[in-house]
Amino acid sequence: MNPGKKLIFELSKPGRVAYSLPEPDVPAVEPEEVLPGELLRDAPPELPEVSEPDLIRHYIELSRRNYGVDNGFYPLGSCTMKYNPKVHEDVARLPGFARIHPYQPEETVQGALQLLYELQQYLAEITGMDRVTLQPAAGAQGEWTGLMMIRAYHESRGDTGRNKVIVPDSAHGTNPASATVAGFKTVTVPSDEKGLVDVEALRAAVGDDTAALMLTNPNTLGLFEKEIQEIADIVHQAGGLLYYDGANANAILGIARPGDMGFDVVHLNLHKTFTTPHGGGGPGAGPVGVKKELAPFLPVPVVEKGEEGFYLKEDLPHSIGRVKGFYGNFGILVRAYAYIRTMGPDGLRRVSENAVLNANYVMRKLAPYFDLPYPQHCKHEFVLSGKRQKKLGVRTLDMAKRLLDFGFHPPTIYFPLIVDECMMIEPTETESKETLDRFIDAMIQIAREAEENPERVQDAPTATVVKRLDEVTAARKPVLRWEKSEKAQ
Amino acid sequence: MKFRYLPMTEEDRREMLSAIGVDSVDDLFADIPEGVRYRGRLNLPDGLSEPELVRHMQRLSQKNTTFDQAVCFLGAGAYEHYIPSVVDHIISRSEFYTAYTPYQPEISQGELQAIFEFQTMICELTGMEVANSSMYDGPTALAEAAGVAAAATRKKKILVSRTVHPEARAILRLQSRGLGLVVKEIPHKDGITDMALLEAEADEETAAVILQSPNFFGNLEDVSAAEPIAHRHKGLLVVSTNPIALGLIKPPGECGADIVVGDAQPLGIPVQFGGPHCGFFATTRPLMRRIPGRIVGQTTDEEGVRGFVLTLQAREQHIRREKATSNICSNQALNALAAAVAMSALGKQGIRDMARLNLQKAHYARKRLAQVPGVSPLFDRPFFNEFAVKLSRPVGEVNRRLLQKGIIGGYDLGRDYPELSGSMLLAVTEVRTRGEIEQLAEALEGLL
Repeated sequence: MNPGKKLIFELSKPGRVAYSLPEPDVPAVEPEEVLPGELLRDAPPELPEVSEPDLIRHYIELSRRNYGVDNGFYPLGSCTMKYNPKVHEDVARLPGFARIHPYQPEETVQGALQLLYELQQYLAEITGMDRVTLQPAAGAQGEWTGLMMIRAYHESRGDTGRNKVIVPDSAHGTNPASATVAGFKTVTVPSDEKGLVDVEALRAAVGDDTAALMLTNPNTLGLFEKEIQEIADIVHQAGGLLYYDGANANAILGIARPGDMGFDVVHLNLHKTFTTPHGGGGPGAGPVGVKKELAPFLPVPVVEKGEEGFYLKEDLPHSIGRVKGFYGNFGILVRAYAYIRTMGPDGLRRVSENAVLNANYVMRKLAPYFDLPYPQHCKHEFVLSGKRQKKLGVRTLDMAKRLLDFGFHPPTIYFPLIVDECMMIEPTETESKETLDRFIDAMIQIAREAEENPERVQDAPTATVVKRLDEVTAARKPVLRWEKSEKAQ
Repeated sequence: MKFRYLPMTEEDRREMLSAIGVDSVDDLFADIPEGVRYRGRLNLPDGLSEPELVRHMQRLSQKNTTFDQAVCFLGAGAYEHYIPSVVDHIISRSEFYTAYTPYQPEISQGELQAIFEFQTMICELTGMEVANSSMYDGPTALAEAAGVAAAATRKKKILVSRTVHPEARAILRLQSRGLGLVVKEIPHKDGITDMALLEAEADEETAAVILQSPNFFGNLEDVSAAEPIAHRHKGLLVVSTNPIALGLIKPPGECGADIVVGDAQPLGIPVQFGGPHCGFFATTRPLMRRIPGRIVGQTTDEEGVRGFVLTLQAREQHIRREKATSNICSNQALNALAAAVAMSALGKQGIRDMARLNLQKAHYARKRLAQVPGVSPLFDRPFFNEFAVKLSRPVGEVNRRLLQKGIIGGYDLGRDYPELSGSMLLAVTEVRTRGEIEQLAEALEGLL
């Protein structure tokens, strides 16, 4: 094996340090004096020993081997990889937000509580819901929180037989996984030939065991579920509730609200629609909004406004309990709050208009070159199928890797599962026409290469720091940590 | 009004609409039925310019009392520590913070390698064989561990000590309701888990025994004593811990733990009103394929060059859907990076030095406060950087008066432990000076 870029452990040399701590100003107690020997560690942990300049060069080199939205176009469908405003990074680091403790007396954190309270109000307004909890740390945790509230709602009515959650076959994988963790069985309903929920199949699937339908609208094909009112009626008449997966909310800000569509519970991904950075996989935030019938079941604490200021209310007798330590990912909530205050109602609406405009533009430009399974206007994203190229021996995976050579992040691929050789493209509103045109040109060139020079695509990428990686061996013979003995190799 | 994040000009818009073949953007929304179209203007404050926003955020932030304005002795799961300056410089690299989960490994080697290094460091600290790429936070990692234990043992009974953080126990209760698990809490005795009661409760139905050490009161648990109790009936031992304490104390892995969880917040992550922090999850190789969340593995590329990928994805929701081991997909990758940078900065020597400073300051503070009339140490146990004291006046009242003197006092244990009402939990980390400890002691002398 060619080791390539060294690990930080391989840079380690005994005696080097990259920290600086003061000498103790209290009597120097030795651990052995105050802790029994059997509780003490025998050998120190094998952490790297590097100097500060070495440390910086190591991580800067790693950063150069990484690709973020600030590096270029990132049309990863259903992930909403929009620009992350820089001022948000500044304000989230203000000492008044970063250097405060969650258990400080409420009178010393009125600014933080005000921010949370107002953000609850803003998100309720945007989604058309009555109450919001900001605690869930991510979309999936929001789903689980919402489902636990739905469960509590049914149980509170003595309606204990509702153990099934219905999801369309185009749903995100988190929906059925969250349903399982919340103790429900999943029932999958098919999509019709137009890519929308098959209303008759839904009608047949609902019953007195239906707890909820989980729906993304627009769905993961980027299509608006036009029959949403009928869908809502079917589920409600069966005694179930409607759950809105907000992963695709970037299409509808100020244009349509889940609460008005008949949804009872909504989660939002602040790291998608509300510009908080994805951080390479997190931290994000997944607030949940509910209609007033579900408000008694909100997780504790909720932020309230009283005569003497803002306060945390823990005493909610019907609450499902607690979903996350402290009050959610506060630093992320600060960024989302700043975004809403920057854009205002007109800006947010403009966001969704431009997101939809960009997606439709790219879709129409690419339609002649790829299979377009759902030709109607899309919302914020659309799917292409690589079927045509597959016949030429070029897979969607190959085309995605070829895009890397052009300096673009590829779209989401092989999802949703119902489209063969799927590419799911979400440009977002923060990309210029020039960027979209360059991407379109690259995609057209790749389609041409698939016909004229398929090896070029199959061999991609060639311009990256590593070539295609062996994921099969990685999973079969997992090496999940560095071992000291490897130094010798 | 102009929006600086939206590049589209009127001219662009016209050209694009024409390419699409529609007259207006509104035509693109024609499929949204009129009955659900929102025709109003959202009732939100009007947009702010950047200077106005900054001023507004500063004003809000200034309504909060920071660690710079008052001396803080609160811990209870979130701790003020030294954060090496390098940490924020690295996590501010936008190649890291504006990236998605590394689905395309060829352009994500930086993130993947950094997380592989993080996993290794967590294994080293905890004494475990494998670790994942992070969890939402320590308390949710603990609840996930219970789920893993139940799935691995096919049993449903979870024994959790009451010395585990009250919020972690609350999350565990909710998670257990969803998963159909039965949680039984084991009382504390003299500041640690009552091992006799634990032993009495453990039986062949027990999936997991869950301890925290240092526990919520700051005391070190006898993890090795719980090991045979958990394993006798083929249950798992789950230990929640503090990563800085592991610079000095025996890693749970060496005490027989099967799963070790905790929060990496003390390593380079600001307290920031309780989040985002960074859960960690470490376990043994036999349990590897049950780990929730993302895991990075080493492999090679087509030319034999070492590289890193997300691996063991057959566990995960996007492949397994309702059969996944967990619903988690996001983690706290950027904070895991922060923790990795902090651990690299501290290194082998620094983690021990840091732990020792915490130990020294906290032990000095306990001794000093014990001299104050009206203050008496609540427990007499080995402890790390937190300890409980009993006060001669109500904790709320004491804290109010401390605040007037520029001190944020400790956590009121009566909130969660009625039997300990009148007691306060104090954290004294390496950032507290002897002078500040003296300030607290003198303030208490004046008001008790």
